[in-house]
This record gives sequence, structure tokens and C-alpha cells, in this order.
Amino acid sequence: MKINVQMPKAIKLGIKIKNENHMIICGLSFLTVIIFITLLGPFIVPNDPLSANMSERLASPSVTYPLGTDHMGRCIFSRLVIGAQATLGITGLVVASVVMIGIPIGLVTGYIGGRIDSVIMRLVDGLLALPEFILAITIAGFLGPSLINLMISIVFVKWIGYTRVVRGIVILERNKDYVSAAKVSGSSNWKIIRRHLLPQIISPVLVLAALDIGKVILIISSLSYLGLGAQPPAPEWGAMLNDGRPYFQTVPELMIYPGLAIFFVVLSFNLIGEGLRDKLDVKRH
Amino acid sequence: MLEINSITKTYDTNPVLKDITLSLNQGESLGIIGESGSGKSTLARLILGLDSIDEGEIIFQGIRVQHKRNSLKKVRRHVQIVFQDPASSLNPKLPVWKSVVEPLENYPDTIPLFLKEVRNNKELMAGMLFNKVGLSQELLERYPHQLSGGQKQRVAIARGISLQPALLICDEPTSSLDVSVQAQVLNLLKELKRDLNMSYIFISHDLAAVQFMCDQIAVLKNGTLLDMFRTEELFSEIRHDYTKKLVGLALKDIL
Ligand SMILES: Nc1ncnc2c1ncn2[C@@H]1O[C@H](COP(=O)(O)OP(=O)(O)O)[C@@H](O)[C@H]1O
Ligand SMILES: [Mg+2]
Repeated sequence: MKINVQMPKAIKLGIKIKNENHMIICGLSFLTVIIFITLLGPFIVPNDPLSANMSERLASPSVTYPLGTDHMGRCIFSRLVIGAQATLGITGLVVASVVMIGIPIGLVTGYIGGRIDSVIMRLVDGLLALPEFILAITIAGFLGPSLINLMISIVFVKWIGYTRVVRGIVILERNKDYVSAAKVSGSSNWKIIRRHLLPQIISPVLVLAALDIGKVILIISSLSYLGLGAQPPAPEWGAMLNDGRPYFQTVPELMIYPGLAIFFVVLSFNLIGEGLRDKLDVKRH
Repeated sequence: MLEINSITKTYDTNPVLKDITLSLNQGESLGIIGESGSGKSTLARLILGLDSIDEGEIIFQGIRVQHKRNSLKKVRRHVQIVFQDPASSLNPKLPVWKSVVEPLENYPDTIPLFLKEVRNNKELMAGMLFNKVGLSQELLERYPHQLSGGQKQRVAIARGISLQPALLICDEPTSSLDVSVQAQVLNLLKELKRDLNMSYIFISHDLAAVQFMCDQIAVLKNGTLLDMFRTEELFSEIRHDYTKKLVGLALKDIL
């Protein structure tokens, strides 16, 4: 009887562990392919992504144009491949900046507490009261349409989440005995933050970042779609969606292809993020 | 060596220590006994400057313990601690040898006699310290979760003695351990005390352990110092009623 009760549990556990690894491997494989194509982009594209050919507008797929052409006769495939550099590059930069800003502020406010902490957290709570997407649009709109302004607005909105998560963990950890022991050992505040607290936040931040990359890509694309990001004729997936909008009824492919590209990138990062979260046993924040 | 002058500590509105006065001479060890919640750990934290004192003062070797960087750094050079629960007093994300040599990193000018030959090599110092507390060198690179409770507490003791402090505070160092290893750890502490010529403040709710380790005993209840005497006077008629009760309970345990 006892065996009967325990067996399913063991099996379930086995499957669960497999699932996490499957998710991560699956996400990583998608991502590898995407990054490979992105890096090789300039060497494999059949056409100049910017050269318009009005006599070949909205052409169907052919040998010269593997996915056909857009409303200005530009090769959709080439624009997708080159556009990946913009979309993924901006995303990478944005997430890196957000992590670099959010982590130190979270560490310091969480550890030191006091006046600095309450001032910054007041600010953060204020910002969090507004939906982040609306906030990003507002700032991007206020700064004016350009890629740099787009990045600034997303960074401005996104660092808050990282600061909150890091601060939360630090507040939990800072009263534990090992931090007291480090103080008694004569370690400076700086050393305690760097050596003892930083390692505690790396896994959660990694998971958060992986899950956030998908969101950031969507925000970039959405803002570009609204005309606030990459400016024509630069190929960027969101901007391509925007370009295809007038033709949605007649030639939906113009929107379907960049849509699918965004979908796959977001999917792979989400698979990695969710997999890591379960594997590293990071609590949801 | 250590003077505690009528200190008071209140958390929120809860008075945890009430007008405690104590002193400890060089080379002597003091046991602090009291039930859970009586303020023993709080007293230890105040001596180390981990919390602020509300009223009164603590003076160690002429230095007042207060929140000024120099004061705390000087005091902690000579006063170290072994916490109750080694599972939480070691950073789970660090290999244990790094925790052990952390004090030596922060006090580069301190050269304990028993580490003289290896003072410029952290790994060798950690190895020496492991030797001193009876741990195998193979455990140096392990993480806390890969060690048993007794082994972890030995690691924490190794860190505690690494600067050869004048005073080592042991806050219930065996109460989170299996009964079978408690005696071993007590014996180790006693041996180290003699070997390194340290004083202890030995906090416990186990009267026998305190008697085994200390020259003087202080009895704490609800933040008040009820009784204070030399260990050999434990059974004297003039002991406080509460002390007599503790003695009675301890004897019952043995019989
Ligand atoms: N950081 C703190 N904040 C609030 N109350 C505390 C804190 N630390 C200890 N206390 C309270 O102080 C009292 C004494 O605690 P403690 O010194 O840990 O006792 P002991 O070590 O003798 O068991 C307890 O009632 C405890 O709840
Ligand atoms: Mg205690």
C-alpha cells in the first residue's frame, strides 16, 4: 500500500524536473538559432533591406524574394533578418542598463534603509501606481520619437521592478546571522553588500531578466508600431508591423512575418525564464 | 577587561534588558544562564555593537562600544562570537573556508601566534584553523549545506578564534546540535579556551555546561540580572531562589 502511494509521487517529481530542463533547452535552442541568424544576417540576406523597387511591390514569395516584398518592394526576408539586430540589440542594451541601475539601487536602499530608502521607495511606489506600458508611451512621446528616447523611456520604467525585487531580498537577508557574523568579522558595509548580499540576488535577477526580455521586446515593438521607436526606413520588427498595417486586409503576410518573429523570440526567453525559475527555485515576486 | 554599566534595551515598547551591570576580568570566563527570551542574545549583540544601547555603556579594554566606525572595528578585533545556529551564521553561497578567513582579511595587521607561519596565505590559514577545530581539510571547499550541524558549528568556531580574540562570546553554541555532538563541541571549546588563552562569555540554558566552562555565572530572567556568583558558590545557601530552582531542575535532569 505504501509503495502504491509513493510511486506516483516519485514519477511526478521525475517528470517535473525533466520539464524544467526541457523548457530551458527548448528556449535555448530557439534562441541559438535566432542569434545565429542575427549575427550571420549581413552575409546571408539575399537583398539590401533598404533598397526599394517600386515595380516589385507586394510581390509573392519567389527565388529572389523568399518571403515576398513589402509595399515599397523591399525584400521582407532581408528586412526581418537585419531587423533582428535592431530589435534584439536594443532589447539587450535596455535589459543590461536596467539591471545595472536596478541592482545597485536595490542593494543600497535595502541594506542601508533609513531616509534614502524611504525617499526612493516613495518614488518607486508612485511610478508603480501607473501601468508601465502607459508610462513608457508617455515618456517616449514626451521625449519625441527616436530609438534613443525609446530606450530611455523603457529603462526609466523598468529599473523599478529590479530595485523592488533586489531590495525585498536584501531586507530579508540583512538581519540573518551570517550578515551579523560578517559585521563582527570586521567587514565594511561595501564588502558585505558585494560578497554576501550580491550572490543572494543573482538567481532571482537572472530569472526576472529572462522573463522581462520578452516584455521589453513587446514594448519596443509596440512603441515602434506606434511610431515612437525605430524610424522608417530602418528595419525593426515593430516598425515593420506598423508599415504593414494599411495592407492588413489584402496582404496580411506583411504583419504576420514580423509578428511571428517577435512571437518566437518572446517564447524562447519565456521558456528559459520559467525553466530557470523552477530549476533555481526562485519565488515569484 | 569588559565593563557593562547599567545598560537598558527596549525593543519597540518591550523592555528586554533592565539596568544590567556586569564586569569581567582578563582571563576569566562568564556564564550567562536564563530561559529563552530572557535577553541573553540581546546582551551579546550589544557587547558586539550589533544593536544600539538605549541607556548605560559598555566598555571593552578602555574602548566604549558605540556606533563609530573606529570603536566597533577596534572592539571586534578582540571580541568575536559563535552564534547559536550555524546553519544561519554561515553564508550559504560561500565555500566555508572563505567565511573562516573573513576576519583575517579584514584585520591584515593581526597575526595570531598559531598562524604566524602562514599569515600571507588564506587557504593555508583556513587549513590551520580547520585543524585546530578538528575538521578535515577535505571539507574546506564545501558549502554549508554539505556539512553536518556539528561540522558547521566547528567552522563557525574556527572563524570565531581566527583572530585569537581576547573574548569569545558563545551564544548557546550547542543547543541546535544533536545531543551526541554537544559534548564534543563543548570539549573542543574548553580545549581552545586553554590553548589560545581566551575568555568566554558562555550563554546557555544548560547549567551543567556553564558550570563546566566558566569561572563566574550570571543569572538572567526577563531582562533582569537576578544573581551573580563564582561557579564554586553555585550550591551556596545564599543563592537567589530562582538560581536554586534552576539547580534543582538541573539535578533532576541528571538523576
Ligand atoms: N530585533 C528584535 N526586535 C524586537 N524584539 C526583539 C528583537 N530581538 C529580540 N527581541 C525580543 O527580546 C527578547 C529577548 O530576546 P533574546 O535576547 O533573543 O533572548 P534569549 O537569547 O535569552 O532567548 C525576546 O522577547 C525577543 O522577542
Ligand atoms: Mg538567544
